[in-house]
Amino acid sequence: MNETLTDPQPLSFEEALKKYEPVLGFEVHVELNTVSKMFSSAPNAFGDEPNSNVNEVDLGLPGTLPVVNGRAVESAIKLGLALNCSIAESCRFARKQYFYPDTPKNWQTSQYDEPIAYDGWLDVELDDGEIFRVEIERAHMEEDAGKLTHAGTSGRIQGADYSLVDYNRAGVPLIEIVTKPITGAGERAPEVARAYVSAIRDIVKALKISDARMERGNVRCDANVSLMPKGASRFGTRSETKNVNSLRAVEHAVTYEIRRHAGVLAAGGSIVQETRHWQETSRTTSPGRIKSDADDYRYFPEPDLVPIVTTEEWIETLRAELPEPPAERRRRLREAWGYSDAEFRDVVAAGLLDEIEQTVEQGASPAVARKWWMGELSRLANARETAPAELGVEPATIVELNQLIEDGKINDKIARQVLEYHLDGEGSPGQIVAQRGLEVVSDDGALTAAVEKAMAENPDVVEKVKGGKLKAIGALIGPVMKETKGQADAGKVRQIVLEKLGIEG
Amino acid sequence: MSEISRADVEHLARLAHIAMTEEELDKTVEELGEIVDAVKTVQEAAGEDVPATSHPLPLTNVFREDVIGHTFTPEQSLANAPDADAGRFKVPAILDEEA
Repeated sequence: MNETLTDPQPLSFEEALKKYEPVLGFEVHVELNTVSKMFSSAPNAFGDEPNSNVNEVDLGLPGTLPVVNGRAVESAIKLGLALNCSIAESCRFARKQYFYPDTPKNWQTSQYDEPIAYDGWLDVELDDGEIFRVEIERAHMEEDAGKLTHAGTSGRIQGADYSLVDYNRAGVPLIEIVTKPITGAGERAPEVARAYVSAIRDIVKALKISDARMERGNVRCDANVSLMPKGASRFGTRSETKNVNSLRAVEHAVTYEIRRHAGVLAAGGSIVQETRHWQETSRTTSPGRIKSDADDYRYFPEPDLVPIVTTEEWIETLRAELPEPPAERRRRLREAWGYSDAEFRDVVAAGLLDEIEQTVEQGASPAVARKWWMGELSRLANARETAPAELGVEPATIVELNQLIEDGKINDKIARQVLEYHLDGEGSPGQIVAQRGLEVVSDDGALTAAVEKAMAENPDVVEKVKGGKLKAIGALIGPVMKETKGQADAGKVRQIVLEKLGIEG
Repeated sequence: MSEISRADVEHLARLAHIAMTEEELDKTVEELGEIVDAVKTVQEAAGEDVPATSHPLPLTNVFREDVIGHTFTPEQSLANAPDADAGRFKVPAILDEEA
């Protein structure tokens, strides 16, 4: 079990890739956001008091019968369609039997030889825009297990005296998506891994079938890695790293496993087929259970559930409800908005596509929408330890705020204050500006006159600005403020000076 | 002739985490064999034209609406638990088996 002690030193990633070709495979579990569970009417909810979201079906009490949640089936069909899968005309559930206290029935109700969706593909986009096609083997329905806490002296699973079980998660609907072996990724294997899991997360979010929060385990990834010598066609022995639950961790886990396998193989050793555990702190994996005859689950068709039969009409109705695929939507928006790749990536990473899209739809320019959401709103969200999309600021508010600036009623600095007052519940930007008397001098005539006067009185400053020292404009703002009794918009003053001197700001 | 071998029973016992003595294994091999033989009589009745089925009901697509129905309180959930702690079922630790 303890072969980390005897494992040879992992090769560097570059060396590993010189010698070997990586083959990947993923099993991604998606928790659905149905109201109730897969086979029982207990709530599907996160974070509640232990064992408060269960009933007799989830606890596997004798004589109870499961009934399938129709919405979960429709979610599975939609996901299958979004992954370009064939949808089974008929499929069944099966019992996957194992003896572990996370399932009180001693089996997990899953699908085995008849998954609801099969033979699909997904094009994932890598960082440089290259498209990599991942073939999907199947997507099947099953239920989640309960949550164990290992208690005892060591606090670890080894050496624990007893375990405590909360069955709130038992019976939560899951869809497991299994890829075919992914070959040809080469040195981009870790990137492909991250892009694939990221694409799955985006799709289930866009389909609105899952909350898709990886930190809550809504999307969980088991990563299979094996290596074969360059030019070979027979796959090597694989390891399966379980529950890699962040995009970064998926990338790192694949990188580490490629290096570790290469180290073992290059030293003449052989890979043990086993599960591995991801160690976030050291960015390594540690050995888990060795695959053995204990993996014999004795599957058989679930006698308590009747088959599911799909009709073309049903499938087409669901297909018509599919949203624009997230990758296509991103390409469309990036083009429409004209952001640089880096700018667009930051927007996606900040989770602000919807907000910016709505802000633009309601009349702001893409640049303005980005400026507010990625700038001040992100700063305010950060200070409040939340996400900008969670601040409760409507896109319409940003449009209104920006209009006040464009109309010259307030400047940027005051607009930022207005936003803070808005978050404190003082009403719309227009109301705040009126109530607090924040309107700046917007009379271009008076302002221009004041600027002209200041320029005439400070020819040395004007020379500096002409010579390229734009910072010198600051010296003109003071006199203009004095002339306008402090109500001038400094940005506008600057703008007028530059215009007068014919300099591009 | 029974199709259940001693190796089959040992394997099943291991899967089910059940420790069995030699005598128990002998007895179970015999008993399971008899059960399988009894069930096998079905094969005599079903001809080649009868497709395999997982249940006898001529039903498909029995679905439940996605609404919350009755749910146990934590006290009810734990009512029959042999042992409990902190609102959770307390079970013996099972080592080396993160499912």
